[in-house]
Amino acid sequence: MSDVSRDTMLLTTPFHSRVEAMCNINDWGNWMGFTTPNAYFDVELEYFAIRSTTGVFDLSPMNKYRVTGTDAQRYLDRLITRDVSKIGVNRVGYAIWCDDNGQVMDDGTIFHLGEQDYRICSYQRADDWLAWNTLGFDVTIENESDTVAGLAVQGPTSCTVLTLLGCTDLNQLKPFGIAHYTFEGLPMMVSRTGFTGDLGYEVWVPPESAEALWDQLFELGRDYLIKPIGSHALELARIEAGFLQANVDFMPAEEVVRVGRTRSPFELGLGWLVDFNKPLFNGRSALLREQEKGSRYRFAMLDVQGNKPAEHSFILKGKKQVGTVTSAAWCPTAKANIAYAQIEMPHGAVGDELVAEIYYQRELHWTRLLAPCKVIDAPIFKSPKRWQTPAPPH
Amino acid sequence: MTDYDAVIIGAGHNALVCAGYLTKAGKTVLVVDGRPDPGGCASTREFSPGFRVSDCAQWLSQFDQSIVKDLNLIGNGLRLGQPKSTISLQPDSDHLTLEGDTISGAGVDSADQAAYQDFKKMVRSFAKLMSTLYRSRPPKLVEQNWTDRMTLMKLGLGLKLLGREHLRDLMRIVMINIYDVMNEHFSNSALKSTIALDAVTGTNMGPRSPNTVYSYLHRATGEHLAQTGTTQVIGGMGALGQSLASAAEKFGTTLQLGTSVSAITKTDNRVTGITLDSGEKISAKIVISSADPTTTFRDLLGYDQMEAGVAKRVEHYRSRSGTAKLHLALSALPDFTGLAADQLSQRLVITPSMDGMEQALNPMKYRELSTLHTFDISIPTIEDPGLAPSGHHVLSAIVHYVPFEPDIGWEKGKPQLLNQLMSELEVYAPSIGDLVMASELIVPSDLEASHGMTGGNWHHGELSIDQALMMRPFPGSTQYATACEGLYLCGAGAHPGGGLQGLPGRNAAKEILKRGVL
Amino acid sequence: MNQYDAIVIGAGHNGLTNGAYLAKAGLKVAVLERNPYIGGATVSRELHKGWWYSNCSYVSSLLRPEITRDLELPRHGLQVVSFGGGATFMRNGDYFGNYSDHDRHYRELARHSKRDANAYDRYAADTSLQTKLIRPYLLRTPPDPTSMRPRDLRDLLEFARSFMDLGEEKLLDTIKFWTASVGDYLNEYFETDVIKAHMAGSGIIGTALGVYSPGTAYVLLHHYMGDVDGNVGAWGFARGGMGAIADALSKAFQSYGGEIVCDANVDEIIVKNGLAAGVALKDGKEYRAPIVVSNLDPKRTFLDITNPSDLPKDVVKKARNFKIRGSSGKLNIALDGLPIFNGMDPRNRLMAGDLHFSDSLERQERAYDDWKAGTWSKDPYLDMMIPSLTDPTMAPPGKHMMSVFVQYAPPKVEGREWTDEDKDGFEKSVIDQISNYSPNFRDLILHCETRTPREIEAEVGLTEGNIFMGELTFDQLLFNRPFPGYAQYRTPIKGMYMCSSGTHPGGGVMAAPGANAAREILADLKKPNTVPGGYADD
Repeated sequence: MSDVSRDTMLLTTPFHSRVEAMCNINDWGNWMGFTTPNAYFDVELEYFAIRSTTGVFDLSPMNKYRVTGTDAQRYLDRLITRDVSKIGVNRVGYAIWCDDNGQVMDDGTIFHLGEQDYRICSYQRADDWLAWNTLGFDVTIENESDTVAGLAVQGPTSCTVLTLLGCTDLNQLKPFGIAHYTFEGLPMMVSRTGFTGDLGYEVWVPPESAEALWDQLFELGRDYLIKPIGSHALELARIEAGFLQANVDFMPAEEVVRVGRTRSPFELGLGWLVDFNKPLFNGRSALLREQEKGSRYRFAMLDVQGNKPAEHSFILKGKKQVGTVTSAAWCPTAKANIAYAQIEMPHGAVGDELVAEIYYQRELHWTRLLAPCKVIDAPIFKSPKRWQTPAPPH
Repeated sequence: MTDYDAVIIGAGHNALVCAGYLTKAGKTVLVVDGRPDPGGCASTREFSPGFRVSDCAQWLSQFDQSIVKDLNLIGNGLRLGQPKSTISLQPDSDHLTLEGDTISGAGVDSADQAAYQDFKKMVRSFAKLMSTLYRSRPPKLVEQNWTDRMTLMKLGLGLKLLGREHLRDLMRIVMINIYDVMNEHFSNSALKSTIALDAVTGTNMGPRSPNTVYSYLHRATGEHLAQTGTTQVIGGMGALGQSLASAAEKFGTTLQLGTSVSAITKTDNRVTGITLDSGEKISAKIVISSADPTTTFRDLLGYDQMEAGVAKRVEHYRSRSGTAKLHLALSALPDFTGLAADQLSQRLVITPSMDGMEQALNPMKYRELSTLHTFDISIPTIEDPGLAPSGHHVLSAIVHYVPFEPDIGWEKGKPQLLNQLMSELEVYAPSIGDLVMASELIVPSDLEASHGMTGGNWHHGELSIDQALMMRPFPGSTQYATACEGLYLCGAGAHPGGGLQGLPGRNAAKEILKRGVL
Repeated sequence: MNQYDAIVIGAGHNGLTNGAYLAKAGLKVAVLERNPYIGGATVSRELHKGWWYSNCSYVSSLLRPEITRDLELPRHGLQVVSFGGGATFMRNGDYFGNYSDHDRHYRELARHSKRDANAYDRYAADTSLQTKLIRPYLLRTPPDPTSMRPRDLRDLLEFARSFMDLGEEKLLDTIKFWTASVGDYLNEYFETDVIKAHMAGSGIIGTALGVYSPGTAYVLLHHYMGDVDGNVGAWGFARGGMGAIADALSKAFQSYGGEIVCDANVDEIIVKNGLAAGVALKDGKEYRAPIVVSNLDPKRTFLDITNPSDLPKDVVKKARNFKIRGSSGKLNIALDGLPIFNGMDPRNRLMAGDLHFSDSLERQERAYDDWKAGTWSKDPYLDMMIPSLTDPTMAPPGKHMMSVFVQYAPPKVEGREWTDEDKDGFEKSVIDQISNYSPNFRDLILHCETRTPREIEAEVGLTEGNIFMGELTFDQLLFNRPFPGYAQYRTPIKGMYMCSSGTHPGGGVMAAPGANAAREILADLKKPNTVPGGYADD
C-alpha cells in the first residue's frame, strides 16, 4: 500500500542516480513522463561544453522501436518519405513520416542494424501508428524504449573520450555510421548522430550498463572537460544547428484538434526528405497534389536584428501579419539572433525581408520591438567537424 | 497498350451492369469471376439432385428499370414472376396480408388500415427523394464540383417539395429506429413486426437499432427504381445473371468465368491490371472491382499496396452479417395452416413481435445460437416449376439472426440450428418435416466462402448511415473512385449499397465514362 | 389575485435560471414548485441524519460557466470542486485507473496496452474536435432548417460553414461520429476490453440505448462537452451536493426580486383567446401572467397541464410520440467507512472519482439486453461516486456518502408498474455486484435509498424517470428537440414557453435551456437581451 503516495511520481531513467548527483541546481523538467534535468549547473556553460569540449545528455526517454521481419525494409519504405534502401547496414537516416494527408506525424532516426533489422528512434510515441502500418507486412514491432538506454556524447573532444572508453577506431566512423562494441561484457552501440550540429555520438546500452557507463565516461573524460548537459542547453544547440522539434516547430498530425494546424514536409522545409521516385509511402498522393498546387506555409530560418530572442513573435510583412515564430534563441557561438517561423505563402523565400514583432520584459516593464529580419538559407551554425572523417581529436 | 480499357473483378449483377454500360459506350471490358456462372449473388444452384434454388438473393424488388431498358434485359431473356403480396404467418392462423397499400387479417383494425395508407404515402415520398440520390453519384460536400452541386440542388429542391411537415418528419425519423416509428403509427403487433422485418433484412441490426428507418427506406426505393413489386425471377436469380451476361456480351464484353483473380497489380504507384490464379497477368487502363471493399483492398490489392490510413479505414469497415439461408427440397407442396394453395406462391414471412426480434438478435451478438428466428420464405416452384422435378417443390427462406461463427463451431452448430429452424417452421406448417427430401443451411461463413462476401454480408458491408451515401464505403474512396489511382468500385460496397439494384454498377460506369479515364 | 409578468412552472435548475433572467430583465416573476423543496433533480437531501444525498443528479460539469458567472452564483454560495480520476474494477481482480494527470494516465493505459496508451492521444484529439463543434451551440437557440426567416438562414449558414471548414474527409468523419455507436467508435482506437468499457460508460448513461446502438457516440460527447474552470471534459462536485446549484440559482433569482412558491402543484395552464393567461393549481389557487414558462418535460407540459383543446392536433401527437424512456435508477448509500475494492488502498485518489465494474463492452451490452426485455440489468453498469472523499459536508467525519447511478432500469417491468418487490430485486442486483468486488461493503451500509424510475417520476416528475427529460437521440436533438417546428422554446400557445431539459441542448444540469428560453421570451417582449452567449471556444 506504499504506492499510494508515490503513485503519480514521474519515472526515472537508468542514469538517474548519476544524473541526480550531478544536477547541482536541482532544476527538473518532465520529458515523456520522465524526470529529466533542465540544467545541471549553468545553461550557458553547459552549452559551451557542447561547442568546445564534450557534453553528455541523457536521451533514454526517446522512444525506440525495433522493426524486424522479412518485410522490415518494405514496411519502413511505406512508412517514411525517404528511400530506405539508401540507408545501408550500420547506417542511420534522418526521416519523417506522414499521415495519408501528407501531414507530418513525427521525425526521427532510422538505424539500420542488420539484414531486415531496423530501429526507429523518435521523439513522439508511435506504438499505435506503427502497429496500424504492419497490416499487410510480415514485420514485428517491439517497443524497446525501456530496454535501451542512451547518452548523447557531443562536442569536439567526444571522439577522444569515447575512444578511451574502448571504442577502437571510432574516429574512422563516418557521420550517420554505426559501430558496435562491448562495454563490461554487454553490447554497446555507438552511432555518429546527434542533435547539436557538432561532432558527436549517441551511445546505446542495456539499462544494466547505464550507471557504469556514466561513471567511466566522466572519469575518462575529466581531462577532456566532459560535462553533463540539460535540455535547455541542448535546445540552444539545436536551434543554432537548424533542427526541428515535434510539438514545438510542428504539431504531430494525429494530435492536432484544430483544422489547418498540421504541416506537410514541404511546409517544414523538409521537402528534401520526400522521394517520389521510391515505392508508395504514406502521404504520397497528397504530397504530389501539394507539389502541384503549392503549399500553404513555408518554414523560414530568420536572422533577426538585435539581441532580443523573437520568442512567440508575430512575423509581419509591412503591416500584415504573415507568420509566427516557433523557436527562437540568441545563439552564443554564431553570435546571431535566430528564429524559426511558419510563414504564409508566398512570403518567406530566402532573402525575404520581414519584421518580427517582439515583446520582452525588463523589470516588469514590457517593450514592443519591431525587429527587421531576413530569411536565411541554411543553419547559422556549421561545424566542419561534424562531417570530417577521421574525426578530429579535439 | 493495355489488354483492355477496363477489367472488372467479379461477375455479379453490378459488375455485369457496369460492363454493359461501358461496352455500350465502346470501351473494351473484361469481366473475370472465379464462379462458373455469371450473376454473383444473383445465382441459381442445384442444391440437391433435380432441385435448384436462388442460393443467395431470392427476391427482386429494387432492380432499376432504366438498366432493364438500357441493356435490353428482356430481349436477353429476363422474365419476372408476378408481384407478390406479403403474408405474415400468425400462430393462430389469422394471417396478415399486405398487398399494395391495403392490409387485412390478424385483427388489424380500421385505424391501422388508415394509418398504413398514410405511412405508405409518407414512405413513398421519402423513398422518391432517396431514389434521386441513389441514381446519382453521391455528392461530395466540401470539395464539390458542379455535378455534386447539381445533385445537391436536386436534392434540396426535392426536400423543399416535400413540404415543411414532411421535411420535419424526415429529419426526425431518418436516423432513428423502426421500432419507434412502428409504435408511433400502428397498434397491431403483427403489422409492426412484419414491416420491421423489411428494415432489418440483410443487416445485423434489430428493430430497436437506430438507422433501421434508413435501411427500411433503402428497400422502399424499390417502388421508384424497379416498379415491379417484390417478385421472383423465372429460372431463379441466376437467370438475371444470365440475361445481364448475355446483354453485356452482346455489347462486346469479354467474360471469363471460372477463373479467380488472385491480385490487383500495380505499376509505379498506379493500379494497372490483375493477376489470375493461373499467374497470367492482364493489363488495363483501370480496374473496377465489384468485390466487397474488404476483399478488394485487403485480399486482392493488399494492405501493403496502399497508404496505411486506407488500410485502417478498410479494417474499420463493418461487414458483420446475421443472415442465413435455408433451402428445403420437398416431395410435395407443403401445407401451411390457414393458407390456401394459391397463397403459397406469395412471400411468406414469419416473425415474432418486435421485442421478440430483439430477443432473437441478442444471442448473435455473443456468438451464440438463438431459439427464435425470423423467416422470409419463397416457394419459387409454384410459379416456376422447372426448378424442381415435376410435382416436387423447393422452399427457400432468408433467416435471421445467425452468428458468423458460433463459439460451439458450425460443425456442431449447424445440425442444431437446422433442427431449431424446422421446429419453428412446423408451428405454421406442421407436417412439412415429412416432405423434406433434402435440406441445406447456408450460414454467413458459407456465404463468405461461396460468394466471396466478407462476413457473409449481403450488402457488402453493414448498411448503416455511417457507412452509407457519401460515406460509402469510407471517406477517401467515395464516388466509385478509390484512394488508389486506377482502382474503382462498382459493387454493393459502393453507393447506394446492396439489394439487387444494379445502381452501383450503373453509377460507377457513368462516373468512369464521365471522368474520361478510358 | 396573484398577478405576475411571468410564471415559471417547476423550480429545477432550468426553471430557476429562466426565472432569474426574466427577473433580471425587470419582470415580476414567480417560480412555482410542486414539492415542498426546490431543485427538482438538482437537489441535496438529508435522508439519513448527518448524510446529505445528491439523490438525483450527482456531478457537475455541464453547468455553463457563462451562466454561473453572469448570475454570480459563486457569490450566492456555489462552489464547484473538481474531482480527479476514476476506475473500473475488473473481474480478474485488477483494475483500470483513470488518472487526471496525463503522464500517470499514460502509464496506467500502458500497463494494459502500450498501443492503447498511445492511441489515447489520437482519441482525445478526435473527440475534442467534436466537442469544439458542438459547444458554440449550447447557449444558442437552434435554427429551424425549414424556415426562410433571415435569422434562421443566417444561423444555418454559420452552422453549415463551421462543418464545411473541416474539409471533406473530416466532415465525413464527423457525420460518421454523430451516427456511430460508441462501441464501434471506441473500436477504432482501442484493443483492450476494460479500456473500451471504461470509456463507453459515458455513451450510455441516461439513454435507452446500448453500447452498440448507433447514436451513442454522440451521447459520449454530451458527457464530454462540459468543463470545470476551462478544462473541457472535466467533472466536479457542487460543494454541499447538487442542491447547492439550485440554492445559488434561487438566491440569484430572489436577488432580482423573484418569488418562489413551494407546494404549488399546477393543474392546468390557463389559456384565454389563444393566449397564455396564467396557471391554476390543484388546490384551486390561480396565478395570472401573460407569460407562462413550463420547466416540465414536454410530455407533462403538453399532455398533463395543457388542455388538449388549446393545442393543435399535431402537437399533441408529437408530445405523445416524444421519446422519454427511463433507463436508469439510483442508490444513495450512507456508509460507516470506506469500502475496499479489489484490494485497492482506499486512500488511493482514484477512489474519489467515478467507479465502475463493467469491464467489457459485452457486459454493458448484456445489461442493455435486460432493459430491452423489460427488466433491470442483472449485471448492471454502475457509475458510482463517493463525493464525501472530496466534499466534507456530505457525511460526518470518517463516514461516507455513496451515490450509485445504475444503468439499466426500465420505466416499467415487463410492461407493468414497478412493485416494491421489483425495487428490492433491483437493489439486490446492485448491492450484489458491488459486494462481488468489495467484501466489506455490505457491512458498511447504514442506510440505502433506492430509486427506480418509478420513484424518480413520482418525486421529481421526470416522466418515465428519464434523467434527460427526453432521450438524446438525433430525432430529439438540436432543431428536433423536443420536436421539429417547436425547438425555439415557443409553444403553439402565444405567451407559453418551454425551458426544460426537454429542449435544446438537453439534460445534464447545464442551465442552458433555461437561459436560451429566457432570451427568446425577452426578444418576444422586445426587451433588451440580458442573457449571455457562449464564450468563444478556441
